[in-house]
Amino acid sequence: MLAFALRRAGSGLTLVLVISVLAHTLLALPDPDVGRQLLGPAAPQELVDEHNAALGLDRPLAVRYADWLAAAVRFDLGHSWFTNESVTQSLANRLPVTLSLMGGVTLVTAVVSFVLGVWAGVRRGAVDSAVQAVGVIGYALPSFLITLIMVIVFAVQLGWFPAVGYTPPGVSLTGWLSTITLPVLALSVPAVAGVSQQVRSSVIDVLGRDHVRTLRARGLPFPRVVFRHVLRGAATPALTVLAMQFVGMLGGAVIVEQIFGLPGIGAMTVQYTTRGDIPVIMGVVMVSVLVVVVVNLLVDVLVAWLNPKARLS
Amino acid sequence: MSAIDTASRNAPARRGAVRRFAASPRAVVSALVLGTIVVLVALAPVIAPHDPNTADLGRAFDPPEAGHPLGLDPAGRDVWSRLLHGGRFTLAGAAVAVAVALAAGVPAGLAAGYRGGWFDTLADWWFNLTMALPAMVVLLASRAVLGPTVWTLMVILGLLVAPSFFRLVRSTVAAMRGELYVDAARVFGLSDTRIMGRHVLVVVRAPIIIQTALVAGMAIGLQAGLEFLGIGSGDLPTWGAMLNEAFTNVHRDPLLMLWPGLALGLTSAALVLLASALRDVLEDRGAPAATGRRARSRATGGPAPSVSAEDRTALLSVRGLTIAYPHDDGSAKQVVNGIDLEVRRGEILGLVGESGSGKTQTAFSVLGLLPEGGRVEKGSVTVDGQQIVGAGERTLRRLRGSTVAYVPQEPMSNLDPAFTVGDHLTEPLRHKLGLSRARARERALELLRQVEISDAERVLASYPHQISGGMAQRVLIAGAVSCDPDLLVADEPTTALDVTVQAEILALLRSLRTERGMGVLLVTHDLGVVADVCDRVAVLREGRIVEHGSAERVLTAPEAPYTRDLLDAVLDNTPARGPWRPREEETR
Repeated sequence: MLAFALRRAGSGLTLVLVISVLAHTLLALPDPDVGRQLLGPAAPQELVDEHNAALGLDRPLAVRYADWLAAAVRFDLGHSWFTNESVTQSLANRLPVTLSLMGGVTLVTAVVSFVLGVWAGVRRGAVDSAVQAVGVIGYALPSFLITLIMVIVFAVQLGWFPAVGYTPPGVSLTGWLSTITLPVLALSVPAVAGVSQQVRSSVIDVLGRDHVRTLRARGLPFPRVVFRHVLRGAATPALTVLAMQFVGMLGGAVIVEQIFGLPGIGAMTVQYTTRGDIPVIMGVVMVSVLVVVVVNLLVDVLVAWLNPKARLS
Repeated sequence: MSAIDTASRNAPARRGAVRRFAASPRAVVSALVLGTIVVLVALAPVIAPHDPNTADLGRAFDPPEAGHPLGLDPAGRDVWSRLLHGGRFTLAGAAVAVAVALAAGVPAGLAAGYRGGWFDTLADWWFNLTMALPAMVVLLASRAVLGPTVWTLMVILGLLVAPSFFRLVRSTVAAMRGELYVDAARVFGLSDTRIMGRHVLVVVRAPIIIQTALVAGMAIGLQAGLEFLGIGSGDLPTWGAMLNEAFTNVHRDPLLMLWPGLALGLTSAALVLLASALRDVLEDRGAPAATGRRARSRATGGPAPSVSAEDRTALLSVRGLTIAYPHDDGSAKQVVNGIDLEVRRGEILGLVGESGSGKTQTAFSVLGLLPEGGRVEKGSVTVDGQQIVGAGERTLRRLRGSTVAYVPQEPMSNLDPAFTVGDHLTEPLRHKLGLSRARARERALELLRQVEISDAERVLASYPHQISGGMAQRVLIAGAVSCDPDLLVADEPTTALDVTVQAEILALLRSLRTERGMGVLLVTHDLGVVADVCDRVAVLREGRIVEHGSAERVLTAPEAPYTRDLLDAVLDNTPARGPWRPREEETR
């Protein structure tokens, strides 16, 4: 089990490295004349060249990457081309916001999806139709539309939550809860819609397997068979979909953070991409990749723990 | 799952997926909605009353009127026309994304999951890499480099969501790679392509269908999101761009948000509904008359037949049993037709017949565990004087394991792969007999030794995939007798095993019968097995008993022509089995 986890972690780390090479190369393709952009069209060419040289842009790509990597392993992701802020510092300021958002969404999604999916898969009939309807509604509306409707209903009309803004949990825990609840719910709706359907179909699938009949033939109560055996078998595909949804949510966070004015990584992405601030974008890409790799690692380990056969792979 | 069971489950499938599709309101309605949207959108150039981009600022926000059924937008353009034309880009864009994702993800997932090895490693890496990239950043950067083109963005989106297909297919295929029937197909000499097409693709079909609908919905939603953020295709009238314009004017005319929102919502909803309905149709699981716990209890919930004095003395008494699988149209396929059987204590009754004769269905009805959709139409089944037909779940639970126990045909698929042999054995002991953890473990070891497993400690700690088929069947027998049942229902207990192991398992059943005085209902198609262990035999053909008598009489002087045919077949094809000798059990 430990060997399996270490193997997975090792391949995750290599993945991070490969992506850093790819991202670095692809992001250098447009080759923006940063000096010209910063200093304006009237600036003399020598000054522009001097500025580009100061940023290290006159050196070959491989050298720039080597420098970046050497600094990155010491948690130094360089400085913004435009504001000269430390990239590591801006990310560190914004990461907790996005992570708490994602953590909340994952928790809500997992709990609600499993409850709904198992209920629908076991009971079928009217409950099943109702849960499928929930799934359809969650999927029918684009997540940003759901977010907007939630803002209008719960923040503007009912006034239960603030429409915009963020309170760090260090300042006020209740304030933090009130600012994070709507974004978490808005992001959870489509995720629950997807994952609960997967849980439902996996539960139905496992319920039809031979070993479930044999367990029931042993005289074990049906609920016990469901919670101990069916759930475990159904969890593997459901977790895969949950992990997938998580990455999708990172994208959804961009829009949700924009709408709610949350100072997270997502809002930062839009802002810096449109400006072409490559060091910041590079930092954002690498942090997202790290988060994804860690989540996938956790899911792999969880699946291996649930399903001993998977440990062989 | 035995052949008869598979056959009866597949029976409705042969009646045509199209008919069942037409019988599902969900499928029909969603297909109609989707079809209508596609047709309307495809005909946009013909039926749209106005050019989608002709603006008349003087008439901005005008309400619906003749010629403008949905009114005019903030730039004075016809909303209905823009909606029709916008759908073309939205739907075709989603189709491009889905096609790219399918073409990239599914073949790679199949190959990686099935073959494993270097390709798996490489493909998994590549897709993890794609998946670990934040879609928004990639799309933003792509737009900056490639310019505002909805098609290129959708191709990139397709590549970005391809991993969802890849991972789903790969994990499903990898999970079944070790399954016995795939091994079996390979051993039978089927080529990998054939196995892929015949076995693997069938398993991953349903998840792919669900995922396709989800990806299509995701593509439509993501595209709308991009357009909503203003990162899209500029002048093209897409639904997302319309939402964006409408949202900036939401205070002046909230209705403008309704139409593109409704179009997006209806399309996605129809896609998701269609996928779930298709899944039920393809997997034969939609029949409302045959699903659900309520339906099951209804099926067996009729007035319980009375128990006669004669039935009280027999251990198992089956009287006039009729089992049927109702179809959606109200008709029913009878798989067992008014049969009578009796098993006394210490007696082994062989229930013989070919595939589809109804013998496995009879065995399941004795346990009160007919597969979904099946029901006892008539007759009675009593075990130790207690009625099974119509009994509640609580009664059945009490009887199962301690009065009537079950040994299945296929040892591997009947053990939960996530639990050790020890878990399988101790769970009923602890739950039904209330033994402590330590005591249950002791008893489990004892049981394993009783079924002649010498290496009991190691087997107890093993997972099902770590032991051989013969060993697994011994474990299942140990589990079946663990709570000291009076009646053992053994469904082809030796069919999946090799000849030497078969003989050992039969000897084991014989000795358990002698030691514990158990009655055994032995379902088999193998007359050699009958000759080996059975006291009496009943020959079943197409749901009816054609011959019934002592094993010796039936085998030496069969009365029914069908029995003679069966016996002739055995004499023609099967080599005589040598005498059984005990030997050391080998493990894999």
